[in-house]
Amino acid sequence: MTQATVQSEQSMTTAKADSQTAGLAPTAKNARDLPKEVLLKWLRDMQLIREFENRTMQAYQQAKIGGFCHIYTGQEAVAVGTIGCVNSDDPVITAYRDHGHALARGMTPEACMAEMFGKITGCAKGKGGSMHMFDRPNWLFGGHGIVSAQTPMGAGFAFATKYEHEVLGKTLEGGEAKKKVTLCYMGDGALDQGAFHEAQNIASLWGLPVIYILENNSYSMGTAIDRHTANHENLIDRAKGYGMIGVKIDGLDIMNIYNEFKPIVDQCREESRPAFIDLKTYRYQGHSMSDPQKYRTKDEVDQYKDRDSIAKLVSDLMEMGYLSEDDWKSTQKALRDEVRAAIDAAESAPVPEDDELFTDVYANPEKNLSPTATYSHGTKNPLM
Amino acid sequence: MTTLPMIETDIHPAVDNPELPDFVAEHELPSREGDRVVQFREALREAMSEEMRRDKRVFLLGEEVAEYNGAYKVSQGMLDEFGPERIIDTPISENGFAGMSISAAMMGLRPIVEFMSWSFSFVAADPILNNAPKMLYMSGGQFGCPIVFRGNDGAGGQLASTHSWCVEALYANVPGLKMAIPSNPYDAKGLLKTAILDPDPVFFLESERMLGDKAHVPEEEYYIPFGRARVAREGDAITLVSFGRPVNFCLEAAEKLAEEGIDVEVLDMRTIRPLDIDSIIASVKKTNQILVVDQSWPFASIASEVVTQICERCFDWLDAPPQRLNTEDVPTPYAKGLEYNYLPNPDRIYDAVKSMVNA
Repeated sequence: MTQATVQSEQSMTTAKADSQTAGLAPTAKNARDLPKEVLLKWLRDMQLIREFENRTMQAYQQAKIGGFCHIYTGQEAVAVGTIGCVNSDDPVITAYRDHGHALARGMTPEACMAEMFGKITGCAKGKGGSMHMFDRPNWLFGGHGIVSAQTPMGAGFAFATKYEHEVLGKTLEGGEAKKKVTLCYMGDGALDQGAFHEAQNIASLWGLPVIYILENNSYSMGTAIDRHTANHENLIDRAKGYGMIGVKIDGLDIMNIYNEFKPIVDQCREESRPAFIDLKTYRYQGHSMSDPQKYRTKDEVDQYKDRDSIAKLVSDLMEMGYLSEDDWKSTQKALRDEVRAAIDAAESAPVPEDDELFTDVYANPEKNLSPTATYSHGTKNPLM
Repeated sequence: MTTLPMIETDIHPAVDNPELPDFVAEHELPSREGDRVVQFREALREAMSEEMRRDKRVFLLGEEVAEYNGAYKVSQGMLDEFGPERIIDTPISENGFAGMSISAAMMGLRPIVEFMSWSFSFVAADPILNNAPKMLYMSGGQFGCPIVFRGNDGAGGQLASTHSWCVEALYANVPGLKMAIPSNPYDAKGLLKTAILDPDPVFFLESERMLGDKAHVPEEEYYIPFGRARVAREGDAITLVSFGRPVNFCLEAAEKLAEEGIDVEVLDMRTIRPLDIDSIIASVKKTNQILVVDQSWPFASIASEVVTQICERCFDWLDAPPQRLNTEDVPTPYAKGLEYNYLPNPDRIYDAVKSMVNA
């Protein structure tokens, strides 16, 4: 067993305590046939993100969090549903609206919140902040702040896993080589960057197993999709132009996401090829915490809230007899407590020591690298 | 031929090997008369091939590196030896393949990315500046980026403004990266081998104009540590500090000056980050005068940086204001004569030294 899996299983004992412990995605023809605990875990993770983000907004308003902060509420089914379709050692990379992916991937709420509080117990020791969530044990490679910068990188993880398989004959950690799939998330604003087109071309040309998951919330910051990208109703045609699998999926129903997305994951893994998924979703909050949202109406937001993905899953699970009103209330309360504990822990954690400023700049911090700074090795984050 | 230990692929993912193996320093060999003579491009190729034989995580990708055998024949024959999985032709898509290689490095592979010219790296500026050098810091030490970007830097032969970029000043500004800039085939091989082993991103600057240069290069494997300047010529009249191709201009000017009894000391920095400021200071304490010769523009250049550090650290040892000689502060011209005058050529160096030592 590799070091990475040992670590990831340890962290999952605190964060992901059940069906995915073995690290393999659960398999069924239809999500409704999945084990009850898998479905309840989805609900729990989605509500964790909802609760976490609501508290993040409060903390931001109390100036406990600085910088740019992008809230994921409304889109929870996407991160939880798609990550629920891959194995725990499949690489994941996303853009700056990344708290949901970090939590869905298994990062502890404490490490995620402490990062935003700029504390040493944050996932990146307070050096990355809201937009840069990294979690090596859980195979989360960021959190990237530049729109679409993550899309060529997504191809690169797929390249590396293919290289492990085909050239090294084992994983870089020395384990048995296996076929992996990389998930690369992007917002609809990233559609318009050249980097994404270069990434698709290379991914398809070289048969790289990467899935580009477009979290299509219809806005590139404040510019509506019909004003920022051409032929926006037919985005999957672009993928087909590159010879990639292209599928449009309703992203507000997690069971639907699983049903349509899981076969694509299996196909990309097996056939070593890329895909592009246009996942229609919606964000309830503004682009960032400083967005007055003049570009959309309250009615529009309310219409989507009527189709809330968590409410939908709750009602499905109740109908299936997997969840009672009382269960749901106690789950919500437990998650409120969990997030409150994360806030408390983040609040009471120490800030980085002053000399942390000069660590982790170089892995090999030789002499004379800087006229003013003396670099040294950083300490390992105990939470990661 | 010395045999160095094989590198086991299971011992070091990206950041678990913060120190270079001990054999780097031990295997630095002096270039000796009597060694075989090879071209700069062959020296680069040997460095890559030797490291690729030792470590399967190392691969080369870039435009025309495989079937074309390299736009400048640096990678000639490597496809035959290592196959298309490790010598990889890319589309003309720098942003795409540079970004892709960075994440492969985060996972623990060791990519060598060839830019046909550093002039073409600007379309990949975001990945190479925003991701590679910052990944370790931004991830709180979780993900390193052991990658080499290499290619031709500086004026080629009448390539005019868009193809003649010197990126050293622009890129060396960014903490988190290392930068090597060899002036001769011996250094090219030893520095590139060190660059490939180094766990940090290394920007490796070659010159199209030097690829055919020949020098004695030993058959034994050797490495040149970063941050150690080479005294290319000893003298006591003035210290000339340079790096990359202009080192050779300095040596040419030095010959002519020597005929007039002016013995200049020429320091070849070899790497810019780290910068061996200690060797510069030692030389300045001997000569008490310094001229920095730099093939990039003067404003906020490496020459500016060296002069600043000298003023900060050994001002009292200077008999005259420190000087810099850069390319002229204009876009690179096409016409042959204009291009020559634009560069920090031997004639300009000669004149600059004369005016300093006669002052």
